[in-house]
Amino acid sequence: MDNPVKYPTPQGNPETKHFWDQAVEGKLLIKRCTACGEAHYFPRAICPFCFSDKTVWEESSGEGEIYTFSLMRKSATGPYAIGYVTLKEGPSLLTNFVDCDQTKLKIGQKVKVVFKTTDGPPLPFFTPV
Amino acid sequence: MSIKGKAYLAGIYEHPTRHAPDKSTSQLHAEVAKGALEDAGLSKADIDGYFCAGDAPGGVMAMVDYLGLKVRHFDSTDTGGCSYLVHLGHAAEAIAAGKCSIALITLAGKPRTGAMPPRATGAEVDFEAAYGATTHNVYGMCAMRHMHEFGTTSEQLAWIKVAASHHAQYNPHAMLKEVVTVEDVLNSPMISDPLHRMDCCVVTDGGGALIVTTEAIAKSLKKPLVRMIGHGEALKGPRGGKDLNLTYSAGVWSGPRAFEEAGVTPKDIKYASIYDSFTITVLMQLEDLGFCKKGEGGKFVADGNLISGVGKLPFNTDGGGLCSNHPVNRGGMTKIIEAVRQLRGEAHPKVQVPNCDLAVAHGTGGLLGVRHAASTCILERV
Repeated sequence: MDNPVKYPTPQGNPETKHFWDQAVEGKLLIKRCTACGEAHYFPRAICPFCFSDKTVWEESSGEGEIYTFSLMRKSATGPYAIGYVTLKEGPSLLTNFVDCDQTKLKIGQKVKVVFKTTDGPPLPFFTPV
Repeated sequence: MSIKGKAYLAGIYEHPTRHAPDKSTSQLHAEVAKGALEDAGLSKADIDGYFCAGDAPGGVMAMVDYLGLKVRHFDSTDTGGCSYLVHLGHAAEAIAAGKCSIALITLAGKPRTGAMPPRATGAEVDFEAAYGATTHNVYGMCAMRHMHEFGTTSEQLAWIKVAASHHAQYNPHAMLKEVVTVEDVLNSPMISDPLHRMDCCVVTDGGGALIVTTEAIAKSLKKPLVRMIGHGEALKGPRGGKDLNLTYSAGVWSGPRAFEEAGVTPKDIKYASIYDSFTITVLMQLEDLGFCKKGEGGKFVADGNLISGVGKLPFNTDGGGLCSNHPVNRGGMTKIIEAVRQLRGEAHPKVQVPNCDLAVAHGTGGLLGVRHAASTCILERV
């Protein structure tokens, strides 16, 4: 889990505390609304689709595919690949692709979650399967 | 109720500077306000409405005090680079409703020679901040997906920069006046795939201002009459990550609203100011506004179709953000100003569109691939 880049520490709040507690356990959580059935990410107490407060935590498989990406060629911490992953469970999320040859990424490529350390709870990143 | 024909653009001013180490940001706001008032033939005491966004130091309260204004209506909506297009729409609404009669809108700042204020964050911050979303890579992600779905090419994107450079050669204030080729763009360094350096806009100090007023007041002044006939605004974000689609922007909603209110279609437009933070921004906006079908933007912009006097849709005849000016990394203001110049017949003779009586000024703000706004203004010469 060690990584050369120092990532910002998630600050958390009462609405998202459970997400970060479970991230410590290596689990990627999403929220699902039991009223409309839709899953969403990042987690909200109230469903952004039907506005029901009947949202529940669900563990994601952590598997998905690359929707799009862009390789930032220069930064203070070196090149990095930002992109969106569409999870098997439906929602897409913003992330970075790590532990791989970033010049070989492709839209549609299968990826899985990998957590990286911060000074607090770890953050989800994705790496090609 | 509609704003159609209710508000007139009586004064415009674009600061000639692109590099202002010897001025303060508040001072630049005052200088552009003064310039727009002089252009209109009005004085500061006439202003009774004021609009500014996140670039204004201290916000609307500090700015009104600093400028010495006395206003009865104000608005500090901040939607990044398109804030001023939103302000123009809101100013038209306020004028139509009688809430003010002479509105001032200002933009100014110094990204070249000073610090930029941090981007505002919301509930997403813990879930996104670590991934380093910047303008370059977020617009890069849009371009990458557009290429994947529609076969859009880097060569097609490059034509947008080429067209802007053809216009910028005639603008004495343009930061980049050199005419470039498609090859020049493709040979410039890759910044964030698939966007090259020349796919990116310039970073400039500077600013601009507008005076918006009633029909009666505009007719008492000396400038050619230019009025608002349609406005639309919209917001778009990942919205919980459902059905993510980065190939279109909030322009698909702001554009039709503006065209419907104006009672015109994209086919009627003689000149288009389209926010060009990146080449891909223009391509997507042209599709979203209906100048061509979704996915056909690449073909539409190729072969000089955006060059005044050459193509079918002259765009950004001042050189735009890609070549001329992009004060405070916010391009909405200069889009309106060049559209008014075209409608007045005050654009450079080499790029002036003959009998230009209908124009669109459109832009996005925020991060196109994440959360952003879009605003569309349809302007008419009376």
